[in-house]
Amino acid sequence: MALLCVLALVASACGKKATTSTGATPTGTASGGGSGAMPGVVGAIIKVGDLHSLSGTMAISEVAVKNAELLAIDEVNAAGGVLGKQLQVVTQDGASDWPTFAEKAKQLITVDKVATVFGGWTSASRKAMLPVFEQYKGLLWYPVQYEGLESSPDIYYTGATTNQQIIPGLEYLKAQGKTKLFLLGSDYVFPRTANKEIKAYAAANGMTIVDEQYTPLGSTEFGTLVNKIAADKPDAVFNTLNGDSNVAFFKQLKGAGITPQQMPVLSVSIAEQEVAGIGIQNVVGQLTAWNYYQTTSTPENAKFVAAYKAKYGADQTVDDPMEAGYTAVHLWAMAANKAGTTDVAAVRAAAAGLTYAAPEGTVTIDGATQHLYKTARIGVIQPDGLIKEVSSSPQPIKPDPYLKSYPWWKG
Amino acid sequence: MGNLLSQLFTGLGIGATLLLIALGLTFTFGQMNVINMAHGEFIMAGAYTAYMLQGSFGRETSLLVSLPVAFVIAGALGVALETVLIRRMYGRPLDTLLVTWGVSLMLQQLARDLFGAANVQVLSPSWLVGGVHVAGVDMPYARLFIMALVAAAVAGIWVYMAYLPQGRRMRAVMQNRQLAACSGIPTARVDRRTFFIGSGLAGVAGVALTQLGSIGPTLGTNYIVDAFLVVVVGGLGQIRGAIIAAIALGVLDAYVEWGTSASFAKVVVFVAIVAFLQARPQGLFVLKTRALT
Repeated sequence: MALLCVLALVASACGKKATTSTGATPTGTASGGGSGAMPGVVGAIIKVGDLHSLSGTMAISEVAVKNAELLAIDEVNAAGGVLGKQLQVVTQDGASDWPTFAEKAKQLITVDKVATVFGGWTSASRKAMLPVFEQYKGLLWYPVQYEGLESSPDIYYTGATTNQQIIPGLEYLKAQGKTKLFLLGSDYVFPRTANKEIKAYAAANGMTIVDEQYTPLGSTEFGTLVNKIAADKPDAVFNTLNGDSNVAFFKQLKGAGITPQQMPVLSVSIAEQEVAGIGIQNVVGQLTAWNYYQTTSTPENAKFVAAYKAKYGADQTVDDPMEAGYTAVHLWAMAANKAGTTDVAAVRAAAAGLTYAAPEGTVTIDGATQHLYKTARIGVIQPDGLIKEVSSSPQPIKPDPYLKSYPWWKG
Repeated sequence: MGNLLSQLFTGLGIGATLLLIALGLTFTFGQMNVINMAHGEFIMAGAYTAYMLQGSFGRETSLLVSLPVAFVIAGALGVALETVLIRRMYGRPLDTLLVTWGVSLMLQQLARDLFGAANVQVLSPSWLVGGVHVAGVDMPYARLFIMALVAAAVAGIWVYMAYLPQGRRMRAVMQNRQLAACSGIPTARVDRRTFFIGSGLAGVAGVALTQLGSIGPTLGTNYIVDAFLVVVVGGLGQIRGAIIAAIALGVLDAYVEWGTSASFAKVVVFVAIVAFLQARPQGLFVLKTRALT
């Protein structure tokens, strides 16, 4: 019997990995083989890949990004496509499992021979895909804010790097007089790196870090952590939890009677999509740091929100990573049209300095780092589940993934 | 001192949650030796039941209404699984494990198709918002509710097993299946009923968990390993073993996490379980019978 128990545990531990064999949902044509020199071009169509977690713990966030990318692809096709050819999407499921992302990325590049891939959410998934894209000379558009300290010639980062999100968040807290911070994150690369940067910033700016705590990804038990926060009495919590853990954290924080008025939580992974799942009443009044909100007032955003609701339903919300994914598709289409080919090196050369009027405002590709110039926006979660901007940077911030322009950062 | 007490309460709260998710498993895994990997999805079914019912019964009462409804729904799912698949595989634990795991994946996808991939929310009734402050310890009502619920469930199980004829038959089948069958007990029907109760308790746990964690298609996977651990440590089929194991693991986790971190606490708890099972592979309590098998 003891053997059975062990088997049960082993099998459940392996559960995530084995999902790979059943979770894939390829929707593209099976006929592979790019004709001619241009990657992804098959006759009158161009194949592009879309690789997000459609199952598993990250599906909550990534399915919506996939939807926004598909919307952008529809728009590109409606506007005449790329190089006069229609885009066809090959969708793959990363299944919230990092090795699966690497495997599916390789499949998209080498078997489906797509022109480019839009995908990824967690830093772990990006780190898993990075060597694949570098080895096979593919091109990945990664749509989510991340911890910085990375710049690959085979990846375009359309979400924020730290100096466009985390540092503006810290500047906002400092301006509000919140100088005693409690750092809380999921135990993986993004929160750990982000917190290293936050600690360096705090040391140089007279802020104190009262504690730094990590919970396993997917953790649902926050009783002890809430007790620690209550005992440490910080001015604010800087929250880098990811996925479902946020739901449990905010429910249990509210259960302990800690209000945003007493001690706000600034989150960098909670956007409009996550608010509904956490429960609006559990997060109303809490702070977020992003580059885009559904309420951002630009003409392009009004068009984007209306188009998204028309395609997916009037009750849908959009958020920052979705906007970044949507923008990524348009940027790639512009770059490929400008280059006159889908060849990765030519697209890269054409992309440098490219400017696009995105829903978040004007973004520009920084050729050196392959990140975007983006406007930082701090918001407060409203009772209707949307986020209202309370502060923003005066102009788009130049991406600085290695924080070279910040003297307090020594790597 | 206040912190020590706070952590004791937190530990008891974790223990109550662990026990609640493990109670159903003490029936299906503990009593019937069926490794049901879809047990977590029955928890999920319970959580979605609470989500579905909040529209029709309103915020204040829907949670209470959900408890019996989720019990029946999850129980019915369990009986369906038992009738269609598991009963054909008694005595083949590996096959059962793989098949039920496949069912678990299918149920997750079904939930994703029915309710969407995004998490949903269940509004807390106003009587569960906030908490009481006693002797420096914050006691959220949601935790107290789960403690009360698990106490009620344990009491109900005890009455059923000790005093009702159906419960006595269940124990007879568990202790010696052949002898029970010879005595005229319809073991197939008893199996079905055991599976109904075990799965139904998972549904009840799911309703309660809506007050603590996320409600999404993969909710069950967050809890299934912990549930198996509690049953294994407590001893198969032993409710009192599960109670002691759940509370011990919860309190250990709470105190270790207070001094270190959540990840480290998990390591310590797992190491403690492995060490304990080395010394006592049969778990805390073991059923003593004179049966030869």
